[in-house]
Amino acid sequence: MKQPKNVKDISQGDGPLSAVEIHDQIPLPPPFDKLEDEPAIRPLTQDARDKFVVVDDTIAVGIPKPKTKEEEEKLVNGFLDGLRKCFSVADNWTFLQPLMMSMEHCAKCQTCNEACHIYEESGHNELYRPTFRSEIVRRIYHKYIKKHSTWVHGDIDLNWKTVARLIELAYRCNLCRRCAQTCPIGVDNALLAREIRKVASQEMGIVPREIHDDGSVLQLKVGSSTGMNDIVVKDNVEFIDEDTAERTGIPIKTPWDVEGADILLLHNAGEIMAWPENPGAFATLFQAAGLSWTLSSDFAAYDGINYGVWYDDVQFARVAIKHAQAAARLGVKRIVLGECGHAHKALTVIADKVLTGGLKIPVESAFTVLHEIVKSGKVKFDKSRNDFPVTLHDPCNVVRLMGIVTPQREVIKAVVPEHRFREMAPHGCENYCCGGGSGFAIMSGRNFSDWRHHLTGRRKFRQILEAFQGEEMDKEHPKYVCAPCSNCKGQIRDIIKYYDAWEKAGISYGGLVELMVNAMVDAKPGFIDWEWH
Amino acid sequence: MQWLPYVVAYAGIAVFLIAVIARFFMWARMPIHVRWELYPVAHDAKRARYGGSYFEESKWWTKPREVSLLGELKVMVPEILFLVALKEHNPKLWIRSLPFHFGLYLVVACTVLMLGTGVLGALSTSLLEGGFGTLLRGLIVATGAAGMCLAILGALGLLQRRLTEPGMSTFASGADLFNLVFFVVAFGVALVNFLLFDRDFSQTTSFTAGLVTGDFAAFSGAGGEAFLAVLTVVLLSVLVAYIPLTHMSHFVGKYFAYHAIRWNDKPLLRGDKGEAEVNKMLGQKVSWSAPHIKGEGKKTWVDVATEEFKKK
Repeated sequence: MKQPKNVKDISQGDGPLSAVEIHDQIPLPPPFDKLEDEPAIRPLTQDARDKFVVVDDTIAVGIPKPKTKEEEEKLVNGFLDGLRKCFSVADNWTFLQPLMMSMEHCAKCQTCNEACHIYEESGHNELYRPTFRSEIVRRIYHKYIKKHSTWVHGDIDLNWKTVARLIELAYRCNLCRRCAQTCPIGVDNALLAREIRKVASQEMGIVPREIHDDGSVLQLKVGSSTGMNDIVVKDNVEFIDEDTAERTGIPIKTPWDVEGADILLLHNAGEIMAWPENPGAFATLFQAAGLSWTLSSDFAAYDGINYGVWYDDVQFARVAIKHAQAAARLGVKRIVLGECGHAHKALTVIADKVLTGGLKIPVESAFTVLHEIVKSGKVKFDKSRNDFPVTLHDPCNVVRLMGIVTPQREVIKAVVPEHRFREMAPHGCENYCCGGGSGFAIMSGRNFSDWRHHLTGRRKFRQILEAFQGEEMDKEHPKYVCAPCSNCKGQIRDIIKYYDAWEKAGISYGGLVELMVNAMVDAKPGFIDWEWH
Repeated sequence: MQWLPYVVAYAGIAVFLIAVIARFFMWARMPIHVRWELYPVAHDAKRARYGGSYFEESKWWTKPREVSLLGELKVMVPEILFLVALKEHNPKLWIRSLPFHFGLYLVVACTVLMLGTGVLGALSTSLLEGGFGTLLRGLIVATGAAGMCLAILGALGLLQRRLTEPGMSTFASGADLFNLVFFVVAFGVALVNFLLFDRDFSQTTSFTAGLVTGDFAAFSGAGGEAFLAVLTVVLLSVLVAYIPLTHMSHFVGKYFAYHAIRWNDKPLLRGDKGEAEVNKMLGQKVSWSAPHIKGEGKKTWVDVATEEFKKK
């Protein structure tokens, strides 16, 4: 296996520092257990290798190789300036204490390594240790900013290659924080990956196109990262209402801009575009339960995403404010977040200490509201309609990072026969990331999606297959992966497609509300469309 | 010169205390930061066992938040004493780290017992007579000898691991290795002193008591014996002063890593006092230079966060 011998390799030589071949990887469970049958990671084109900085088999950010000495110095100095600002109260109060804790106290014990699905699935490639990039940034900080002895903190050469590769490497982490969970001291190496991303974005303007230009910037210019404006989104939702009513036999009308409603429901707009059955199911359930609710057509308020969570505090704050302003304008009593993990964490946890005064609208997960609907008895469910194996993916942002573990399980208990439910191992707070976390699910430039399937998504696919072992692994016996998060759903969709897992093993996926409507007594049977992916 | 080891010991203790207090205040005085907790959160009385939170309740902000100190203690005490997180996630390191840390705890316990002996002896020597005095002296020898042995064994084990485990050896700095060697040498010299000359810890107890009572008696015995005793004091004093100046000060930081970050799930509700602190931070001027911010030290967080992008 090609891999770096030492963190100092980051500043040396040209070309990739590592390569993961299929034979380096652990075989998946049956029926995907033959490594030789697996598709290989497509190689990068020579053109891409010539133009951009590479650190491994793929490119996420696409940093052009500097052509002049001045461009090289700009990279180095920009990074150092940004890193310096990370330690200033004014510029980085948002994460200063967590950052300093993780910079000061790592004992380099490597306890966190085996918690990382990427490191594990790479066949223990050095480059993907959660500590690899952190150690580099620590050494840069101590040597070049604090001017501390390299005897104490370790040595590193800082040149344009170090900076460019380090930024690329910050996008080889899902920010799932499973590594942080295992650290005996409380060091958070995932946070350091995020802080490197922050330096690159907030100081140097270097970010993957998909999450900045086509993501948060588009959301703040148009209203949604999908490109939908308020007119288009209303049209689409009207169509969804009609289509859902046709499938369920229950007429629905999604309410828009209802002043004084109890609930402002914030969907990830990706659901409206890619999985219309999800907002349709929400509307069906909320209406049947008699909830007072609304969507908002206010600017950016019909798209609950907030990509800033992954890389940029300013972009994060801008989007969070838009969401809160829309809720305040409508005078709703609470914001309820649909099936979107990072939207959950963004608006409930992180924005908690960003929004104040009139923007402080209570925020709640849809999972608890759905659980309340089940408990209320206002909607009747027939579990036998979901008589197929079901497993549940725990989105990191909702579970490990927010502690919402049981409501979604209680809902499943109410709509799926008990003997049909299989927990993944591990699950709950110790779950593994779907592989699409921190923006990866929407990043697929060049061969990044191949790398993602082989390295980041492989552990989740392994868990799914393990959960369904013992079942008939064919299309005639459909199996449902409940992934109540748009980002996770996108990643699971992609990996199912990559391995042709529907055709070969009958594995499909969807959200939580789809399972609920599929079991609704008042709805026509067959809401889940197995053949549609 | 008989006061020299006392001066060194006082200096070592003073540096330790000043450094620990300074670190404590450094962490305690840091500005508010955004929430970044990780579940399970130990003080969630009802839900910590499975990693749940108050977010599992509908309209959670209307319900009382139950914070259990007992819940925290149930996690913290085994973690501090037995390093349970390391045991769970890195057992090969744990079998080395546990004796090292437990050895240090025993040495600290031994020191406390010796100081206690000094105080009691200063009050009245009769307090140290009889069964209680015998028990106290026995505990001092037991904790001191066991502590030194365990700490040395653990440090050697950690050193071996750091030198031979590929992931650790390639990351190790000179100081990482030196720190462990320093422990081995300092406790090694103390152990030799114990085995050769001070089998009942009477010399060390008398010295420690002298630190409390101000009775700066000279170490007794011939040249070699006194030299080894002084060397022990000097090395341990320097070690005590050195620890909080390094990343080994994680025993201070760890409290904040858990309480201020990992378990800090306290919500900021409308009208809470914390809002003023957040507003103060939002008034800070940012100097981030990327084109989509251009703070230049002139715009505040509120300014940059409420700037409108040019809409299409």
